[in-house]
Order: sequence, then C-alpha cells, then structure tokens
Amino acid sequence: MSSPTTGRSAAAGRAALGFGVLAGIVGLWHLGVRGQWVLVFDIKMAFLPEPAQVARLLWDFAFGGVFDDAFSGTLWQHLWASTGRVLAGFGLAAALAIPLGVLMGRYRLVHAAFDPAVNLFRPIPATAWVPLILLIIGFGSQATIFLITLSAFFPILLNTVAAVREVPPRLVEAAQMLGTSRANVLLKVVVPASTPGIVSGLRIGLGLAWVILVLGESNGIEWGLGSMITLAREQVRTDRVVVGMIVIGLAGFLSDRILLHGLRGIFRRRPLVRAT
Amino acid sequence: MSVSDLSCLTRHTDGGRVLVDDLGKRYGGAAGVDAVAGVSLDIAPGEFVAVVGASGCGKSTLLRILAGFEAPTSGTVEVGGRPVTRPGPDRGVVFQDYGLFPWLTVAENVRFGLRQRGTPRRRAGQIADAFIEVVGLTRFADRFPGELSGGMQQRVAIARVLANDPAVLLMDEPFGALDALTRTQMQHELRRLYREAGTTVVFVTHSIEEAVYLADRVVVMTGGAAKGVPGHITEVFPVLLGDDRDVNAADFNALERAISERVHAG
Repeated sequence: MSSPTTGRSAAAGRAALGFGVLAGIVGLWHLGVRGQWVLVFDIKMAFLPEPAQVARLLWDFAFGGVFDDAFSGTLWQHLWASTGRVLAGFGLAAALAIPLGVLMGRYRLVHAAFDPAVNLFRPIPATAWVPLILLIIGFGSQATIFLITLSAFFPILLNTVAAVREVPPRLVEAAQMLGTSRANVLLKVVVPASTPGIVSGLRIGLGLAWVILVLGESNGIEWGLGSMITLAREQVRTDRVVVGMIVIGLAGFLSDRILLHGLRGIFRRRPLVRAT
Repeated sequence: MSVSDLSCLTRHTDGGRVLVDDLGKRYGGAAGVDAVAGVSLDIAPGEFVAVVGASGCGKSTLLRILAGFEAPTSGTVEVGGRPVTRPGPDRGVVFQDYGLFPWLTVAENVRFGLRQRGTPRRRAGQIADAFIEVVGLTRFADRFPGELSGGMQQRVAIARVLANDPAVLLMDEPFGALDALTRTQMQHELRRLYREAGTTVVFVTHSIEEAVYLADRVVVMTGGAAKGVPGHITEVFPVLLGDDRDVNAADFNALERAISERVHAG
C-alpha cells in the first residue's frame, strides 16, 4: 500500500495528465478553427467559434457585463430549470427502478412477470418516444420529465437486478441462521450487499438524464439548457450552441460527483460504493 | 472475561441433542445421484463431534442439512427435540469463508443476530461487546471485516454465533482457509470457548489431527457421488485422550493413524 504522500502526489500527477489532454483538445480546436481544417466526416472547423470567443460568451452567459443582450447572465435560470427536471425525472426513475429491481433480482416469479415487458420496452430509444409523447402529453416540462424518467429507469433497473443476483448466497445463509426474518433478509442483507451495483446504475441513469434533457427541452419550453441550445441553433448561433453544450457537460459531470460524494458522505467508511 | 461470566448476559441455552435418523440426500430427482444415504447419528447435549472424510463424502451436505439450508430427501433430523425444517438461531453456523457482512463493523456484525431477534439495542450492545472481548478483538470493534486478517474474521464469525446463544454450533471447515500457525491458535481458542460455552458442536474438517485434537468423537464418512457409493458413516471413534491433548503424544498419533486408515480405506 502506498503512503499518503506518494498517494497524493500520484493523484496530483494523474489530474495533471487529465488536464493536459483537455488543454490539448482546446489547443487543437483553436488551431483547427484558425487553419480552417476540414476533418473526417467533412467536419468544417471554420464553422466553429474559437475557444477564446466561446470562453467570453460563457462568462457573459453566466455573469453578464460583456454583450448585455437577452442572453447575458441567464445561465443560472436555465440551469436551475433544467436541474429541477433532471432531479424530478431521475428521482422518479430511481424510486421505481430500485424496488422493482430488488424484487426481480430476488424472486424468480417477479422476474418472470416483468422481464418480457422490460426487454420489450428497453430497446425503444427516447427519440422514438418523442412524437408519441408530444401527442399524448404535449410540449413542455412534464414531457421532458417523463422522457428522463423513461431513459434513466432501465439502466438503474438492470444494474439493480444484476447486483441483487450477485449477492453471495453465503450472506443470505448467514442472516437466516442468525434468525433474520424474510423481510429483513431483503432489507438488511440483500439491499446493502447490492448497493455498490445499485449506485453504478444510479450514476449511469443520472448521466443519461442530462443526455435526454436536451431532447425533452427542445420543444415548447422557455427556460432550460436544452431550449437555449435549440433556440441558438434556430438563430444559427454556433457559439451559443457550444456554450450550451459545455454547460450541460459540466452540469452532468458535477451532478455525478455530487451523487458519488454525497453517498460516500452518508456511507462513510462502509464499503458500499465501488472504488473509482 | 470468560464465557461462563457471560451467562448472565445471555439466556444461555443448554447444548441441544442432535438426532439424525437414516438420512438421505439425492440431487437431481428420482434418476439423480445420492450424495448421502443411511446416515444415523445421535449426539449428546454438549458433545463435540468432528466429522472427517475425503472431499465429496457428503460431510458438508450433512452439516448443511443440520443447519436447515438444505432439506433431506429421506430420513429425519432433530435438534433439541424439534425437527429441522429451516435455518434458525438455535443452530449457529460458522462457515469456512466467514460469511460476515462487509458493510457492518465487527460490533455490528456480532450484534446482528441479537437485534434481529428483538434484543433491545443497549443489551445487544453489551452482549456483543462481551463476546468481542472473549475472542480478543475489543480494539477492532469498530473496524470492518475487510480490514481484518482471516483469523480475526473467523473470530468475529464465532463471536457472532456465540452471542446469539445457540444450542448447537455447526462448523464447516472453519479453519480451512487459515495459515497453519493461525489454525493451531484458533483450535486452541475453540477448545477453551467450547468448554466454557457448553454448546453441542458438530465440526466438519478434512484434517484428522484437528478432529482428534478437538472432538469427543470422530465420525468417519466415506463414499460420495463421485465414488458411485452414497456418502455414509463407516466408523465412529471415541477420543479418550482427556482435556490436555498433545498432538505429538504416542496415543494421539496412534488414534490419528487408525482414523486415517479408515478414511483412506474408503
């Protein structure tokens, strides 16, 4: 095992490496725009804004004071609206998928009952749901939350089922011989034993929630990062599209960190979250 | 603190009588294979019985049926006068791979059974602390199993079942995964604990020396599905070596050799 100092300096080294790659990407982006590179897939770099221009716009989007137009300083309101939809959709998905997944993983009969339906609905992509949802729910926040719930539901469910099935039978036997009731075998042994797998499913689900957000918010919504990107595309404002993409990327990254560290804070030293 | 001092903390069930009559276990239905057949055994309350035999002779199957993890296909099993139908806290099991809950601390693992059976939190804590002290792990009470050595984890597992006050202790090659030195030490400790706790013990092992060192009687099982003969009891050896046993003594070695010949004769 490495000492704390070498562990910390190794971690710093890895972080520096990661930032180096990011800086390299930004550098290539800058050079590509300047040099009007045409890449594979006929990517015309000349159509992109320069990184510095995007940085200025991002600052203005967040804090205003640069361009002072309708776009300036509105980031937080867009982000707030989007975060609310992501949390609602993700929370609902988790609340449905975890209990169902635990029961499906533990009881053959429940698995037999729900597995065909799950496998039939799961391959339908969110994009294919959009036309139907617009017809039966209509444009707006509810449709977006529904799409997010739908998309986050399956990864959480499948990871939960797999985690429950991988619970060592030995732990169940140990609980039984100690006099644990059936209900508590499920709650006090099966659920904690599958928590690392469930958390993996939650992280995938939360990531997908941000992906699907843009799709849901592209219709009939005033405030939200997806609607901001959609509007920018209609106005052919490539720079604003890129700014919106960066904000969604950061929001997704940060929400994953918050989920992971929040859970670590709750679990403390208990080995309930996989090491990353 | 000795276990007898702990009797005020637990209800201290006396050792239970174990009665196995013409037991059979067949896997795979009518056309399947017999893992064990015709096993009968009468174990007195408080007796320490070791079951030895080669791999696949059905000794672990016998133990799992006693624990209630598996149902026999024929014959009956009674512990403390009641037929065994499922796992229960009257039969504490110690597994070779410990079976501790990795997300619970040592203290929480030892408390687990008591809490599940409705012992109030405070009292469960006191009983657990006392048994953790008995196995010498007080300093590690707030550690997680993953932070402990194999020998320490097995001590936690033993404390966990003893705290639950079982009538019978079922041990399935409990020291099989430990290094030789730790193993000897654990055997020594188990003898001390057994004498103080007074529970009945059924101890499955493939080490004849371990069986002779620990047990009042050594049951030899032979056969097994792979041999074409169902696993069965060939002979039962009483161990009349007193309480202070020396693994290097002549009478110890003579008994060990006699049992070994019986095990390998098949």
